[in-house]
Amino acid sequence: MSLFTMPSLGADMEEGKLIEWLVKPGDHVAKGDIVAVVETQKGAIEIEIFEAGQISALLAEPGQTLPVGAPLAQIGTAEDAAPSVAPPRQEQLPQAAQPPAPSVAPVGGSGGPRPASPAARARAADLGLALETVAGSGPGGAVLLSDVEAGTRLRPAPPTAPARDGGPKGRPGLDLTEMRRAIAAAMSRSKREIPHYYLSHEIALHAAQGWLAATNAARPPDRRLLMGALLVRATVRALAKVPEMNGRFDEGGYVPSATVNCGLAIALRGGGLIAPAIPDAQDLDSDTIMQRMRDLVARTRAGRLRNSEITQGTITVSSLGETGVDAMFGVIYPPQVALVGFGAPRVRPLVQDGTLTPGLAVTATLAADHRVSDGRRGAVFLAEIDRLLQEPDSP
Amino acid sequence: MTPQEIRAAFIADLIGIAPDLDPAAIGDDDHLQDDLGLDSMDFLNLVSALHKRFSLPIPESDYPRLATPSKAAAYLAAMLAA
Repeated sequence: MSLFTMPSLGADMEEGKLIEWLVKPGDHVAKGDIVAVVETQKGAIEIEIFEAGQISALLAEPGQTLPVGAPLAQIGTAEDAAPSVAPPRQEQLPQAAQPPAPSVAPVGGSGGPRPASPAARARAADLGLALETVAGSGPGGAVLLSDVEAGTRLRPAPPTAPARDGGPKGRPGLDLTEMRRAIAAAMSRSKREIPHYYLSHEIALHAAQGWLAATNAARPPDRRLLMGALLVRATVRALAKVPEMNGRFDEGGYVPSATVNCGLAIALRGGGLIAPAIPDAQDLDSDTIMQRMRDLVARTRAGRLRNSEITQGTITVSSLGETGVDAMFGVIYPPQVALVGFGAPRVRPLVQDGTLTPGLAVTATLAADHRVSDGRRGAVFLAEIDRLLQEPDSP
Repeated sequence: MTPQEIRAAFIADLIGIAPDLDPAAIGDDDHLQDDLGLDSMDFLNLVSALHKRFSLPIPESDYPRLATPSKAAAYLAAMLAA
């Protein structure tokens, strides 16, 4: 028997609000299953469980804000001989995940929280719409996104609905003030605790560009690659040569990581930044990295990230994309020990074989933790990224 | 399809990949990247959506012709008529 508790989704997180249970007592869960949705400064995050067992009791209700470490559920593990007696508390629990109820009528105010899909919840919150006022058409009368959308058409939209503060709408279900606070806390901690050093290196991209154009020409849009995927792959592969850039610096000091969980800094249009990670990226080919990046960006925009993705990064890549400035000197995302930045690739004057020619190039930068590595090793890292980008077709 | 229908379809796909944009606030000459804040990943997703909707190949060399809603509508109309 063990407890599933409110996870910490970052050093700066003190509490989280339980939004939704995706399991109910009696359900069997496997390691990695998503069991709940918690609202944090980074938006709604899907919470995975890290042990297998059977849910014996849910100890918290959706809507409750709880400190990190607070018990959320009781898990019976395989060793528990008999099914446990359900604690009396269970009767007060929300019915959100129960089998379908016969009626789809809205639940009364005292009947517990309204069952609703995460997307519906986020959209309703975005619209300032009470879920209790929406008729649900999902299982057990759960409110679905389409119900919320339909509900908004039935009522006159409040005049401020499209953009509450006149600015960009931002990500659904995301409080930008809270996110700014979270970024401030993480970046202040980084600058306070991590002695950064910075290196910069210009990398010619004509080989990568040529390979990319030839590869994409034969592909439908769904299967095309972006330069960003090649930059991420080269960075991940270069870590094999300079593994000390990949890991975490915790209370006990530096702990290298055997896997590369490559964080991607993703800017949100409404403002703010999230750096979810691609786990186990060390052996992925370009196509798979591209697919993972697409998925991560899509889920970041939709507000559907998982806790492992935002807490288990071991290095971060920040790429300014195709229309940004030349170079960025990043702030390491603690407890990581390195951040690789790529400016916007641009055609620049390059000297090749003694001749000045225009060619596509990118400035790669490294911000690294001087407690763990030195500039000489950082230079080896950037040089290796350069070398790998000159052979983009290598498997 | 009429030019209006093509434009409406383009805006629908644009909102599909960038749900935080307000369709009413998108101008015909807004640059997708510079004005509307699409990144290269968003842009590729938009090209994918248009490819599916119109069954057009949309090679990379044509990307500049999709830079704004008005340019894109003209490009799509020309390709559909071809």
